[in-house]
Amino acid sequence: MKFVQEFREGSAARRYARAIAAITTRPWTLMEVCGGQTHAILRFGIDRLLPPEITLIHGPGCPVCVTPLELIDKALAIARRPEVVFCSFGDMLRVPGSSGDLQGVKALGGDVRVVYSPLDAVALAQRLPEREVVFFAVGFETTAPANAMAVLRARSLGLRNFSILVAHVLVPPAMEAILASPRCRVQGFLAAGHVCTVTGYAGYDRLARTYRVPIVVTGFEPLDLLQGIYMCVRQLEEGRAEVENQYARSVRREGNTEAQRVMAEVFEVSDRQWRGIGEIPQSGLALRAPYRMFDAERRFGLTVRCAAEPAECIAGLVLQGVHTPPECPAFGTRCTPETPLGAPMVSAEGACAAYYRFRGPPEGRGRDGDYR
Amino acid sequence: MAIIDEITCPLPAPAASQVILAHGGGGRLMHRLIEHLILPAVGNPILAALHDGAVVEVGGTRLAFTTDSYVVRPLKFPGGDIARLAVNGTVNDLAMCGARPLVLSAGLILEEGLGMDLLGELMQSLGRAAAEAGVVIVTGDTKVVDRGKGDGIFINTAGIGIVEASDPIGPSSVRPGDVVLLSGDIGRHGIAIMASREGLAFETAVESDCAPLTGPVLHLLQEGVRVHCLRDLTRGGLGAALVEIARGAGQRIEIDEAAIPVRPEVQAACELLGLDPLYVANEGRFIAFVEPQDADRALGLLRTHAVSADAVVLGRVVTGVPEVVATGVLGTTRVIDLPSGEQLPRIC
Repeated sequence: MKFVQEFREGSAARRYARAIAAITTRPWTLMEVCGGQTHAILRFGIDRLLPPEITLIHGPGCPVCVTPLELIDKALAIARRPEVVFCSFGDMLRVPGSSGDLQGVKALGGDVRVVYSPLDAVALAQRLPEREVVFFAVGFETTAPANAMAVLRARSLGLRNFSILVAHVLVPPAMEAILASPRCRVQGFLAAGHVCTVTGYAGYDRLARTYRVPIVVTGFEPLDLLQGIYMCVRQLEEGRAEVENQYARSVRREGNTEAQRVMAEVFEVSDRQWRGIGEIPQSGLALRAPYRMFDAERRFGLTVRCAAEPAECIAGLVLQGVHTPPECPAFGTRCTPETPLGAPMVSAEGACAAYYRFRGPPEGRGRDGDYR
Repeated sequence: MAIIDEITCPLPAPAASQVILAHGGGGRLMHRLIEHLILPAVGNPILAALHDGAVVEVGGTRLAFTTDSYVVRPLKFPGGDIARLAVNGTVNDLAMCGARPLVLSAGLILEEGLGMDLLGELMQSLGRAAAEAGVVIVTGDTKVVDRGKGDGIFINTAGIGIVEASDPIGPSSVRPGDVVLLSGDIGRHGIAIMASREGLAFETAVESDCAPLTGPVLHLLQEGVRVHCLRDLTRGGLGAALVEIARGAGQRIEIDEAAIPVRPEVQAACELLGLDPLYVANEGRFIAFVEPQDADRALGLLRTHAVSADAVVLGRVVTGVPEVVATGVLGTTRVIDLPSGEQLPRIC
């Protein structure tokens, strides 16, 4: 496929790996922020091409993983209502709330539908005026502009039966929370390319300066990741801490200003709970006052009492890069994709699911399933 | 700003107390359903082989017998329809037993309100597909259910064939050294269905690979290729089929991921939707495990049939823990696992 296979070329990848090894003089720990990058690293075995001095740890950038339990429970409560058509992206269907998941609600008669775009949900609301159509607006800055567009479209169509359950989170505050933590192991970041396509990367300068950490905006294909790692290691070896852009074919410094404008029109920054991590100030999005009529939480007047979460799984520490999935005692034994203890084992982009899927369960360790 | 130090954790997902769609996805959930609920109740040595069809001896003749139900939406899709699928799916299950398909049954469950024109069209397609696959539909059944209780039409087909292979074909016959052949590109059927079901418009229309596989399979057997196992790649795709065979055989399978043909339009759709082509469904593809000295000849024979013209050597069986390991494009390896259920498109 044009412009994809070129970025998966084996000999070029090995050349990059050799170049990284050639400039590496001591151990470095890098965090890739985005779950899509984690997935690609494990799928293509990129970590195995790297010199042993380079440790990759995995960041909080899986939107499915960090959506708080309380919001999942609200989604379940709304989806159970008979008048509601509950629309969601596919990978939210399996995330466990306190009382099951959206798949289970569907099996018991809830009208839960997978959509590929929030605009599909708006079209559904137009077609089904007698039903309440709710869209589960999950994701980082990547999906927020399209969700904002859906709200604007619903308003221009005068729809009164469309609303969104907002679960948006923002990447830079999470990166800062990780850097500010006393347990932080991160020496360099591979910033999420798709997020920066929307937001640009000017906002990362302060982080790089304040915390003396190189940040390289990085894409998702194997050669992107290897080049991003190379650029990050080079900065570390040279004692620099700057923001660099590996993903120049998609990302401009100022980002997509039209997408930012639409986002800012509909959403405002708010404090937000992150599943497994806790509250991070100013790290989420909420609907601005003129658009609150589209807020599903208000429309359905929900109060959900969350059950306390048991302490066996270390999802929060995995999402902060403090531990890797195989370090969890429950990994692959009590916690599997069918019986997940935490969301990172559920989502296609979750770090635990990526290790389980591409390295196999723990009995595979030490051979091809070796976790370095 | 500081991250809360206490470990917070999502609740364990409650064990499924009801059937969910993923139980039909050809993945681990379906396997668990079969192993824990169905086999204990009705199991016997023939069923326990969990092959595509059963081989039973009747009056000194070895017959292959299989059944399958078709519940696809939409009823018509690029490259086929539910009726063509119902014939080819069952014919292919018989072929995977090394059998020449002879007769089929067709059970129709019709939903009140289904258009007569559409039903007529589907029955024409059923007849054409049977003729193309060289089978006769000799018995059937028709039921009508209330409106809202079906998706227009469900079709169940069962089939009987005569086993032409002299040696048993199935996972238990797989040996270290066996070469694994793949009959062509993967993922087209699943993407065609998803695109037409969800109204996704891709630049190039993807057509289902739905086709009968009898021709190439019988050709291999007639030419004396020592075939140890055959499996058509339906739900769960190539990935699930390989894992099932590795476990059934108790052997390790090593494959070369770069050798797997995937059409650019299928690859593009998979990238867009966050799907792995390895687990996307097919309806006209199969894998064959053959003795190493027969591999080149088998590949040549497969390539003489239109439906398997793009056949490739996928990998080989080696002694070891029963699992599937793929060498990827970068030369690194990954474990191929069963999918959990249906693959779901990701957020971004």
